[in-house]
Amino acid sequence: MAFLTLEKLTKKFGTHLAVDGLSLEVEKGEFIALLGPSGCGKTTTLQMIAGFVDPTAGAIRLEGRDLLAIKPAKRGLGIVFQSYALFPHMTVAENVAFGLEMQGVVAAERTKRVAETLDLVGLGAFAVRFPRQMSGGQQQRVALARALVIRPSILLLDEPLSNLDAKLREEMQIELRQIQRTVSTTTILVTHDQAEAMALSDRIVVMNQGRAEQIGPPHEAYERPATPFVANFLGKTNLVNGTTVRPEKISFGTSGLAGKVRTRIFQGNHWLYQVDTDGGLVTVIRQNTGEAMPTEGAAVHLVWQSSPPPSSGEVPAGRRGS
Amino acid sequence: MRLAPYLLSLPALLLFAGVVVVPLVMTVLLSFHDWGQYKGIEPVFILKNWQEVLTDSYFHEMFARTFRIAFFVTLLAAVFGAPEAYILNRMKSPWRGLFLLVILGPLLISVVARTLGWALLFGGNSGLVNKALMSAGLISAPLPFMFTETGMVVALAHVLMPYMVLSVWAALQRLDPQIENAAVALGAGPFTVLRRIVLPQVMPGILSGAIIVFALAASAFATPAIIGGRRLKVASTLAYDEFLNTLNWPLGAAVAVLLLLALVAIVIGASRLVERRYAQVFG
Repeated sequence: MAFLTLEKLTKKFGTHLAVDGLSLEVEKGEFIALLGPSGCGKTTTLQMIAGFVDPTAGAIRLEGRDLLAIKPAKRGLGIVFQSYALFPHMTVAENVAFGLEMQGVVAAERTKRVAETLDLVGLGAFAVRFPRQMSGGQQQRVALARALVIRPSILLLDEPLSNLDAKLREEMQIELRQIQRTVSTTTILVTHDQAEAMALSDRIVVMNQGRAEQIGPPHEAYERPATPFVANFLGKTNLVNGTTVRPEKISFGTSGLAGKVRTRIFQGNHWLYQVDTDGGLVTVIRQNTGEAMPTEGAAVHLVWQSSPPPSSGEVPAGRRGS
Repeated sequence: MRLAPYLLSLPALLLFAGVVVVPLVMTVLLSFHDWGQYKGIEPVFILKNWQEVLTDSYFHEMFARTFRIAFFVTLLAAVFGAPEAYILNRMKSPWRGLFLLVILGPLLISVVARTLGWALLFGGNSGLVNKALMSAGLISAPLPFMFTETGMVVALAHVLMPYMVLSVWAALQRLDPQIENAAVALGAGPFTVLRRIVLPQVMPGILSGAIIVFALAASAFATPAIIGGRRLKVASTLAYDEFLNTLNWPLGAAVAVLLLLALVAIVIGASRLVERRYAQVFG
C-alpha cells in the first residue's frame, strides 16, 4: 500500500473544475513534482493535502488513515510557501522553534533540534538574525528548516524557488535535492518550471486543466510523452512529417531532410537553429563543441534517429528514488 | 535651475507661514503678556501666566484630567478598534465594504452632531444608555454619564475609533496572507495564531493608531465641551473659557501652548519608542 494516496480528488470553485478526479500514489521517501501551467490545479491539490482547501469529492489517505478527517493544525505536514511566510517578528531560531513549541517539545530538546536543522540547511551562524536581515536564498532555507524541524510525514513545497534569481535557483535545486535525500522525507513539489521538476523529482505529475496528463519518471515523460501537451510542456518539440522530434536529437549531416538556416542564435553551451524545410520550420539545438557550425543562409541536411524511443530500462541510474 | 524647487514651493510655504507659524508665534508671545480686569492686555514680557499655570493645583488637575481621559480613550479605542479591524479584514467582499462604510461613516458627520447624539443617549437618569444597561441587569441604579469623565471617555472613544481601525487595518493589509496558514500548519490553534503571529505584527499599527487617538483626544474640544460643559473642564475647554469668558487671553494662551508642548513631547517620544522597538524587525 502506498504511503500517500489521492483518490479521485476533485475541487470545484463554483462551476470551475480546478482539480478533476486526480488519483496518485506516492511511496514513502519519494520526491514527486506536480508540474503544469498556472491554473492547472497543482496548487489547489497541494492546499487540499495541507488542509487549507476542502475537496469537493475524493479522498486523501496517509498510511491508510483518512487525512481529510484531521484538522490542518494536527496533520503534522511541513510546508514551504512561495512567499516563505516567515514570522517577521521572530528571529530565525524562534521561527524554526515555533512548530516544536506547538508540539510541546521541551526547551532543551527544542534548542538541540533547532541547531541541528539550521546546520542541515547551512544557517548555523544565523540563528539570532531576523528574516528581514537575510537574503532571499537564506529566507528560503529558514522556511525549509522550519518545515523540516517538526519531522513532518510529508514535505510540501509550493513554488519554493520561484522568487530566487536563476543562478541561485540552480544552486538551491541541488541543495534541496541533497537535503531531501539526507532526511528522506516524502516530498511533493508544486512548480510551473519543467527544468526544476525534472531536476528534483523521482516522478513528475504533468497536470493540465485539473487532470494528470502523465505520471512518470522525468526521463520517461520527456522521451515518451503521453500527450502533445506533455511533449510541449516538458521542452521544445518539432513536428516533422507527422513525427515529433526533440531539437537536440537532430543533427546536421550530408544527406537527409534538406533545408536552409533561417536564424542561428548562440547560447553559450549550445547553438539554437531555425531551419526552413519542406516539412516546415524545424528547431535544432547543437552542443557547442568549438567546431565551426553552419551559418545563416547555409544549405543543410537534417538527420535524426527514427528508432523507437528507449525503453524504461535505459533510464539512467540514480533517477529512481534512493 | 537650482532655485526652481524653492520657487515652486513658495506659495505653499507662504500659506503655511501665514496660517500656522504666525498665529502660533503670536500665541506664544501672548502667553508672556500681562492682563488685568480693568487694564486689559498689556504687551509686556512677564512670566506670571506661566508661573500660575505651572504651580497652581487647579491647572494641574485640569491637565491630569485631560491626559487621564486621553489615556482611557486610547485604551478603549485599541481594545475595540483592533479586533474590529481584524474582523473587517476577514470579511468577504460585499460585507467588508459595507461595514467599512459603517465604521468610517461617522467621520462624515460633524463631531458636534455626533456628541449631541451621545448627550441624548446619556441624558439624565432616564437616558437610553442607562435604561438599556439596567434592563440588561448590568447595573441596578442609573450611572451618571453627563458631566463625568466616564461619559467623555465613551463619547470620545466612539468619535475617534475610525482612526484606530484605519491604522490597524493598514497594518493588517501588509500581513503576508499565507502567514496564518504557515502557523496553522506548524500546529498552532486559532487563538495562538492571533496572539503569537497576528498581534505582534499589527502592534506597530495599534501603536501608531494609539498616538493619533491620544493626540486627538487630548486636544479635543467639541466633545468635552458638550459632555463636560463648564462643570468638568479639560485643557482645551479651559483655554476656551479663559479666552472667551474671563477674557484673560494671556492665561488662555499659556494653557494652550502648554497643551501643545506636552502633546508634541508625548507624540514624538512615543513614535521614537515605537520606531526603535520595531526598526530591526520591520525595517
